[in-house]
Amino acid sequence: MNRLDFIKISEWIKPESKILDLGCADGALIKFLKENKKTNGYGVEIDSRNIEHGMKNKINILQMNLEDGLSVFDDQFFDTVILSQTLQAMVNIEKIMDEMKRVGKNIIVSFPNFGYWKNRVQVLGGKMPKSRELPHEWYNTPNIHLCTIDDFEDLCHKKNMKIIDQLFLTNNKPIKFFTNFRSSIAIFRLTK
Amino acid sequence: MINSVGIVKAKKFNCNEKLVLSCGDVLSSFTLIYETYGSLNAKKNNAILIPHALSGNHHVAGKYKKEDKHSGWWDNMVGPNKPIDTNKFYVIGVNNLGGNDGSTSSKSINPKTKKVWGSSFPIVTVKDWVASQKKLTEHLGIDKLFAIVGGSLGGMQAIQWSLDFPDYVNKVICIASAPNLTAQNIAFNEVARQAILKDENFSKGNFYNHNKKPKNGLRLARMLGHITYLSNDTMDKKFGRKLVNNKFNYDFSTNYEIESYLNYQGDKFAESFDANTYLRMTKALDYFDLEKNYKKKLSSLFKKIKADYLVVSFSSDWRFPPSRSKEIVKALLDNNINVSYAEIEAETGHDAFLLASNHYHNLISNYLNQKI
Repeated sequence: MNRLDFIKISEWIKPESKILDLGCADGALIKFLKENKKTNGYGVEIDSRNIEHGMKNKINILQMNLEDGLSVFDDQFFDTVILSQTLQAMVNIEKIMDEMKRVGKNIIVSFPNFGYWKNRVQVLGGKMPKSRELPHEWYNTPNIHLCTIDDFEDLCHKKNMKIIDQLFLTNNKPIKFFTNFRSSIAIFRLTK
Repeated sequence: MINSVGIVKAKKFNCNEKLVLSCGDVLSSFTLIYETYGSLNAKKNNAILIPHALSGNHHVAGKYKKEDKHSGWWDNMVGPNKPIDTNKFYVIGVNNLGGNDGSTSSKSINPKTKKVWGSSFPIVTVKDWVASQKKLTEHLGIDKLFAIVGGSLGGMQAIQWSLDFPDYVNKVICIASAPNLTAQNIAFNEVARQAILKDENFSKGNFYNHNKKPKNGLRLARMLGHITYLSNDTMDKKFGRKLVNNKFNYDFSTNYEIESYLNYQGDKFAESFDANTYLRMTKALDYFDLEKNYKKKLSSLFKKIKADYLVVSFSSDWRFPPSRSKEIVKALLDNNINVSYAEIEAETGHDAFLLASNHYHNLISNYLNQKI
């Protein structure tokens, strides 16, 4: 499992701040941040099994569909909103980016980098890529909006979001150079 | 009787302190009938209160006699190794004031007049119930409730508890409930009430000395209720267009299975339930209106709440739909209160809150057994 992303994300989080984790699964990151940064946080998740499992931990998880927006949260309610490995599965990406801007002061987005060289090799070989980050077949994947690091940077510019920090990982190790080619996961820290 | 609390006994709590009701009337004393399961620990911090919904009572789990056909109304939820585990928790069921099953109600004697209260028994509210339940929990030696778990009207009582006694409640599980009733809900209640009020045997509520009781009205009220507790899909699946004897009768006898079901439910209910109680329970539902009662918006009102919340709704519940539960969630979020929310896929409508499903039960159990 990728725990380096947790550690890195937690470095970007102020102690005792308010966080929202979108697509939080069973709330592992919220729990991690609560324990390490004493954050006050909520997670949003759609899958019942994750909600059920997450209830074992003393964390807040709300079962809602992100595609419906974040109307239960007031403007600028959170210090940080996190969208971890969920962006690529969203139908309406611009809408969720706008909603994150609305409810959060800082935004953290992580996603599998489609520009990773192993993905490129598989596409060159004539096949849709499969990997640890993208384990599904093309016909049953929830990941319908894949992008590269460069693509995501373009979207940030279009949405007037400033990139204040970024981190690239492959096999849980940081990548410093040729990141769009060499990293399988990207984590961006954004602000308005 | 594996996993059952077994044979239980109802108990009586006589409170000699006066209770000032929302309507302004005063009860100089009152009685509550209740049951408990499991035992209160030495720290007295493992008590769970289960307030009942419209037609419920204190008999939440177990049986009175081995031969009893039915167990308590939430026996699938409460018992040893069940989601509300009586090996761990001290669980309290209580019959509300004005209720059908022995607590002070229209059927009781008014101490002032030495006569049956009948129609003169005041209309009690959710707030009044909570105040009376607090007297009971204090009487039982409980310093703070571990949790209140309520569905529907029971959920409203749970919310009220966390507002009126914020330091007395650790956790609230609010299931298939709402911050108030919609016009449609009030409309259903009014039709039910009119059915009773217009029954010729109702006698303005003073029918206890008569041979005839307003059973027709109660029957209709209950039949209407049952329609609204089920979803269209469930009704279709369960009954569809099935005929009781496979042919049209060409008269007004019971012809479809859904008719047979409703008639059976109506008859059964009319035999055992008190018309004055039904009227008062529906009024308590209608009058549950926190924003009006406190003249504050829900989110500023909820500032007082200190309990953690789990809010649960069911997808096909159209009487207390998920959107109403989300209003509760929103007001809690506005105040940074710890809240989790689950919207359970279920096709059985409002009734789903009483029915067993693995996911629902695991959710409740996991929440109550959270590591601190």
